[in-house]
Amino acid sequence: MGKDTAFKEREFSAVGTRPLRPDGIDKVTGRARYGADFNMPGQLHGCILRSPHAHASIKNIDTSKAEKLKGVKAVVTRKDFKAKDVDPSLLTVLDNCMAGKTAFYDGHAVAAVAAIDARTAKKALQLIKVEYKVLKHVTDVDEAVKPKAPLINKKCFTKGVDPVPAKASNIAAVSEFGHGDVEQGFSEADIIIERNYKTGQAHQGYIEPHACVASYSPDGSADMWVCTQGHFDFRAQCAGILGMDASKLRVTSSEIGGGFGGKTHLWIEPVTLALSRKANRPVKLVMTRDEVFRASGPASATSIDIKMGVTKDGTITAAHAELRYASGAYEGGWAKLGAMTAFACYDLKNVKTIGYEVLVNRPKTAAYRAPSAPMAAFAVESMMDELAEQVGIKPIDFRLKHVAKEGTRSSYGPVYGPIGIGPTLEAAKNHPHMKAKLKANQSRGMACGFWFNFGGQSCSDLNIEPDGSATITVGTIDVGGARASLALVVAEELGIPYQQVKAVIADTGSLGHNDMTHGSRGTFASSLSAIDSCRQAIQELCKRAAILWDIDPEDIAWEKGEAHAIGKSKGNLPPLSLVNLAQSAEKTGGPISGHSQIVADGAGVSFATHICDVEVDQETGQTKIARYTVIQDAGKAVHPTYVEGQFQGGAAQGIGWALNEEYIYGEDGRLQNPGFLDYRIPVCSDLPMIDTQILEIPNPNHPYGVRGVGETSIVPPLAAVGNAVSAAIGVRMTQVPMSPPRILAALDAAESQ
Amino acid sequence: MSVMVRSKINGDDIEFVCQPDETLLDALRDRAGLTGVKEGCGTGDCGACSIMLDGALVCSCLVLGAEAEGRSIETVEGMANGDQLHPLQQQFLQHAALQCGICTPGFLIAAKALLDKNPDPSEEQVRYALAGNLCRCTGYDKIVRAVLAAAKQMRKA
Ligand code: FES
Ligand code: FES
Repeated sequence: MGKDTAFKEREFSAVGTRPLRPDGIDKVTGRARYGADFNMPGQLHGCILRSPHAHASIKNIDTSKAEKLKGVKAVVTRKDFKAKDVDPSLLTVLDNCMAGKTAFYDGHAVAAVAAIDARTAKKALQLIKVEYKVLKHVTDVDEAVKPKAPLINKKCFTKGVDPVPAKASNIAAVSEFGHGDVEQGFSEADIIIERNYKTGQAHQGYIEPHACVASYSPDGSADMWVCTQGHFDFRAQCAGILGMDASKLRVTSSEIGGGFGGKTHLWIEPVTLALSRKANRPVKLVMTRDEVFRASGPASATSIDIKMGVTKDGTITAAHAELRYASGAYEGGWAKLGAMTAFACYDLKNVKTIGYEVLVNRPKTAAYRAPSAPMAAFAVESMMDELAEQVGIKPIDFRLKHVAKEGTRSSYGPVYGPIGIGPTLEAAKNHPHMKAKLKANQSRGMACGFWFNFGGQSCSDLNIEPDGSATITVGTIDVGGARASLALVVAEELGIPYQQVKAVIADTGSLGHNDMTHGSRGTFASSLSAIDSCRQAIQELCKRAAILWDIDPEDIAWEKGEAHAIGKSKGNLPPLSLVNLAQSAEKTGGPISGHSQIVADGAGVSFATHICDVEVDQETGQTKIARYTVIQDAGKAVHPTYVEGQFQGGAAQGIGWALNEEYIYGEDGRLQNPGFLDYRIPVCSDLPMIDTQILEIPNPNHPYGVRGVGETSIVPPLAAVGNAVSAAIGVRMTQVPMSPPRILAALDAAESQ
Repeated sequence: MSVMVRSKINGDDIEFVCQPDETLLDALRDRAGLTGVKEGCGTGDCGACSIMLDGALVCSCLVLGAEAEGRSIETVEGMANGDQLHPLQQQFLQHAALQCGICTPGFLIAAKALLDKNPDPSEEQVRYALAGNLCRCTGYDKIVRAVLAAAKQMRKA
């Protein structure tokens, strides 16, 4: 980016403190406006008709009766998205939002209605007659790769293999990573273990369902208000699907009630816009919880084969993984991420991973917090424990023995800079939790995790207000405290109190493109851009002071929120405060601001180690988490309280995935548990306090050392809980969730052996 | 056929018109403009729509708007006293007990219902009292601490 982003050791005054967040009062008083809280005059109610079949070709859709119903203003099917309008790269996005010739999963949208109220819209849905021809379906990832499996896409010829196969299959793509010679490595091993691990399909489970209001004007421009993790991307994609110029669509992001990756993809938004275009009225569409489960995007279900070899003295000689990730009916890049992250914590001589993207009749897989890494970590970290046991080394020492360090060539390619996996392991080893005696009925497990973290495009404005306060405007969505962090960063750079900084999220009409909040990029990339904007503004402030003082700008330094004369004039001129400069701005050249546009490179990779104590009731198979500790490298914790919050939230989601959460499909290929009653996420009484320890190993590519912190915490829990449960019941658990029936079955199986 | 409903909402006499099959949640949000009451599921499983109805904690998605006739309702919008936040609201802010904040209105009401009955709850009692409210962001740690701190603050007052 050509700007100085190198880390510099410094004393912080604002960064690292824990002030109240600026959007807090609105959120505790019910004033904050989320996706479903926005309304427009004359707005219609939108509803979507969804396929009841797992796989069916759509022979005909008769909407005539629905259209004639009083109060119905528009009915939309795939026909309303003209093929010539749609950007070819977005065809599968559209196909998932509104089915074409085939419904690929239970819940796939086939038609939509806009009517004067909810009752009328629902009645209209019942009047739409869809003629289906039901096709054979497959929902299980291992079934789907079998040669006789029902074929989901006749044009799916596996990418990434040479030569391209002549026969279509459900394997959309293959990717491979690693180095060394694994065959050679296995020949050097004394002990080789091979195992298959399975993980259920988990949903992000954000409490706020997807919601949006779209208003398409007869002049071809449109406005959208939506809960999203990336309004600029939503704009580009919606416009690309409807054949609009992106500049004609303005998207405003609402407060967002959780996303965790699930709100980085389009689901209802192009449909709502199409309804509004057809009806010539604003349309509001809010998903029900049932729709969120059936028709938004959960994480992949997986099946992973791991093979590892070790010598008697405990040296890993080879590591091999084949990872099959279900991606729904459309090609995804999820197995690839699994294959990249699987062994990233370790320094291995011979390692190879192969990822298979597998099509199934389930909803299209979406990103879920450190997407694809938790499943791969479950497999690898379970295996690490087993190997450690085989060679008689403590799990933590076995990991330390193989830990990746600065200079290690990672299993996915790059050579690491300064990284935190070793320090998190050392911290875990010395943590009081690790040293605490277990109660009679308790067992302990541990596991490590890795996530890349992303950077990407960011743009920000810093405006010095007439009263000497500052407003930082960014275009990267705040999903859980980013405005507080950004205000801290600006306070730090400008040297003014946190309370004098306001952080604002701009709509797509007010700022240049910003990538979405994903890959833990929010605080890393936005803060980098904010620092840059501040530094531009400081240059301008120094120039203004130079005008007032009539000296050379070079002879001015910016310190603690004031311009100080240095050099010749030092001592003669009292400092000029931000307020002085803001108030005299009219005389010195007008409003003072800084602006930055960057592609943030060098997001620092992030590692964590978790420790977990469990109690398993061997009668019922019920697992209780007795104690849990998260140790993670944050680079630099800008607002430590919210960093802890990210650690705790990710751990809780991982615990839910480990113990209970999973999509359950019936024989008919329909989702059996599309609600919070049967898809059970952890509740307050399921969990203990979640202890956290923040390590700060600076990211060399950020002036303050910031790394992303949002995602890594969901990576270790599946294996940490799995290792603890396996120790508790004396049987190796190879499948999550480890729900009570699975634990009882594992105990039964062990007994009958 | 719409019905006319008169009830006391956060101390004010409010009249609204709703459909006979409309939930109280929808009526509060769409008719009375109280969008602080959130919908997370519509089936009584998440607690985001928690309100007090005649002093009892209920999920407003499981009550009909028409059932509010002549009854008294408290929502998150009525918790603060002018510019004076309720101790629970203060402690939620202090403890960063919210990340996205969509669950917060429900948690505040459920926690208030608990503290009205039990001013000195144990951690376990807090956890069980709030087990009907889902939060996906926080792992509950900071929420439980905030409620315990608010209880302490209220006992001192
Ligand atoms: S919306 Fe009422 S309990 Fe979820
Ligand atoms: S803070 Fe997001 S669901 Fe609780």
